[in-house]
Amino acid sequence: MTTNAQVESPGRPRPTEDRLATTGSRCTRVLGVVVLLMLAMHLALALVISPPEVIQGEAVRLFYLHVPLAVAGGYLGVGLLAVGSIGYLWKRTIFWDLLAASAGELALVFTALTLLTGSLWGRPVWGTYWEWDPRLTLTALLFVLLIGYRAMRTASTDPHLRARRSAVIGLLAAADVPLIRMSVDWWRGLHQTATLNPLNPSLDGMMLFTFFFSMVTFAVLFVWLLVHRFRVAWLEEQVADRALDEAIAQRRAEGQETQ
Amino acid sequence: MWRDAMLVAGKDLRIEARSKIALNQIAPFALVVLLLFAFALDPDRGFLQEATPGLFWIAVLLSTLLVVQRSYAVESADGGRDALRMTGLDPAGVFLGKSAAVFVVLAMLEVGLGVGVRLMYDTSLRGWPVLVVATVAATTGLVAAGTVYGALAAGLRVRETLLPLLFLPVVAPVMIGGTRAFAAALDGSSGEAWRWCGLLITFAVAYVALGMLLFEPLLEDS
Amino acid sequence: MEPVIHLRDAVTVLGRFPALAGVDLDVTRGEIVLVAGPNGAGKSTLLRLCAGLAPLAKGSGQVLGFDLERRRREIRRRVGYLGHTNGLYLDLTAEENVRFWARSVGAPVGDAVATLDRLEVAQRWRSLAVAHLSAGQRRRTALACLVVRRPEIWFLDEPHTGLDATSRDLLDSLVREAVTGGATALVASHELDRSAALASREIRIVGGVVAGAGDESERPTGDS
Repeated sequence: MTTNAQVESPGRPRPTEDRLATTGSRCTRVLGVVVLLMLAMHLALALVISPPEVIQGEAVRLFYLHVPLAVAGGYLGVGLLAVGSIGYLWKRTIFWDLLAASAGELALVFTALTLLTGSLWGRPVWGTYWEWDPRLTLTALLFVLLIGYRAMRTASTDPHLRARRSAVIGLLAAADVPLIRMSVDWWRGLHQTATLNPLNPSLDGMMLFTFFFSMVTFAVLFVWLLVHRFRVAWLEEQVADRALDEAIAQRRAEGQETQ
Repeated sequence: MWRDAMLVAGKDLRIEARSKIALNQIAPFALVVLLLFAFALDPDRGFLQEATPGLFWIAVLLSTLLVVQRSYAVESADGGRDALRMTGLDPAGVFLGKSAAVFVVLAMLEVGLGVGVRLMYDTSLRGWPVLVVATVAATTGLVAAGTVYGALAAGLRVRETLLPLLFLPVVAPVMIGGTRAFAAALDGSSGEAWRWCGLLITFAVAYVALGMLLFEPLLEDS
Repeated sequence: MEPVIHLRDAVTVLGRFPALAGVDLDVTRGEIVLVAGPNGAGKSTLLRLCAGLAPLAKGSGQVLGFDLERRRREIRRRVGYLGHTNGLYLDLTAEENVRFWARSVGAPVGDAVATLDRLEVAQRWRSLAVAHLSAGQRRRTALACLVVRRPEIWFLDEPHTGLDATSRDLLDSLVREAVTGGATALVASHELDRSAALASREIRIVGGVVAGAGDESERPTGDS
């Protein structure tokens, strides 16, 4: 069974009492080991093997962390948030809601780290922690949008109401990204600051390899974390379901007694 | 749908005409905001004139929050939020109706704010056609987004604090577009301003369409 | 007789609390069903579920032939619901409130005035904002909002509360009249002696289920 297949059918294997506490399975453990190996390789490539860049010097190494975080959080995370939200509004099943919730939460973490690494990188290269660069502005707004999504998820205890409203917010936030993108691009169009362009042919071959390897590594890392986060949410849902069944039984019993 | 929209818009505007909350409370609030900007920025050095586009749109954004909040407060004033749902009105119609009512109120506030910046900040308003088009497009976008997010926050215990958090980042394109369009128009470069109008219109169309589609699950809520 | 409400093992969850824990209920057209039971038994939730206001979490249900999960809007526009709160627009006058409801279902606006006449909402109060009306007048206005829609099913939650003797008699006669005209009514109430006289059948809700379900027909009906 592949990891994907497990995500597709989260009810299988049905957690029994003794399995309730785990979110892992054999394939996620394999995947976890793969992620760790890839991260080790990524560190070696980014910190030791790849050469310093001509203009940025050693600071370029932060880029092998910053850009993949941004891509995994911004594209993968927000993309899956949108997919989950649309899926929920269409199918109205809890699976899609939990997918959106997990993706949204991870996207928030990744985006926060993107901002952090970005400003750490900006200090030596631009001479400032923050620059009103279109991409930075977009990331900052995305960060706030994802906080809003999270705020809605904690604002209501009614699972249906929360799922419906969160799905609408997730969909709207994702739809807003291209509009924000367009507006900040135009807004700061004349102020485009120098960033690393991976398609620049003058880039050293090793740097290019490191760059793409880091992208793949963080995409896999994201998926691995997503599977676990999703399973936690799924198990929580099972617990709540069970509690509800008990509550229903209790409520019925209360009716029997008074009769 | 259109009939339902007219019905809801008529009802909301009638409530506003009776209660005069926008006139007696939100308009004075917007005026206070204009005063505060003058305290924050030295009025003698021309900062206010220069910053007028941005200040105008910030004042509009803050007022939008209040108008939207009011629009949903009237639905639950007498307890429960069942009334609108029990009418069985078309959700897209309810969305358009509530949006239209908020638009009318906000447009009047904007006229007041325009007069305010002209008089208090001594900004000369040039390029009328593009200013009007930009304002209408930006307001449509704000109102459509505001109505959706107002419904999203409605009925929650944390609605007052949640609405600004959800709404303000989403309308960043309107804030940028409106400010740039105004700045360009006031500078006399209307070509540039029209380009920003394009962005504002895109935003408005997108949010009106999304609102009409997504209002159903929101109205469905219990 | 034609069934207008059909619930099988219906569960409604409010937050995480199962307000209804598996209700079986069949109501046929023309019945006036009294829903009795202690506080917190789930009477209000049952009414709200059938009116399309509370969600169906498990089980199945149809109201007027429409599925309670997927076609709630169709149900809502055909039924009337009067809850604990009136849900009026406080800044509008009584007449404007009633007109709004009439228009929402496309009923002739002339009905609005006639209904207010019928409910004896005095002329001098009609042009006042509802916020200035007394509790009793507001309740009558809310009732007028319901009547003017000519609902196929009336869901009345503690309708007699806050009404004086005349208004109560008026309410009863309105319900009877509607039922004669082909409507159905579900009335939740504590005041059994009052409501039982009106009802053609009584069900008891306890702990989120219908007590003694299955032999409802043999239970005594409204002669207390």
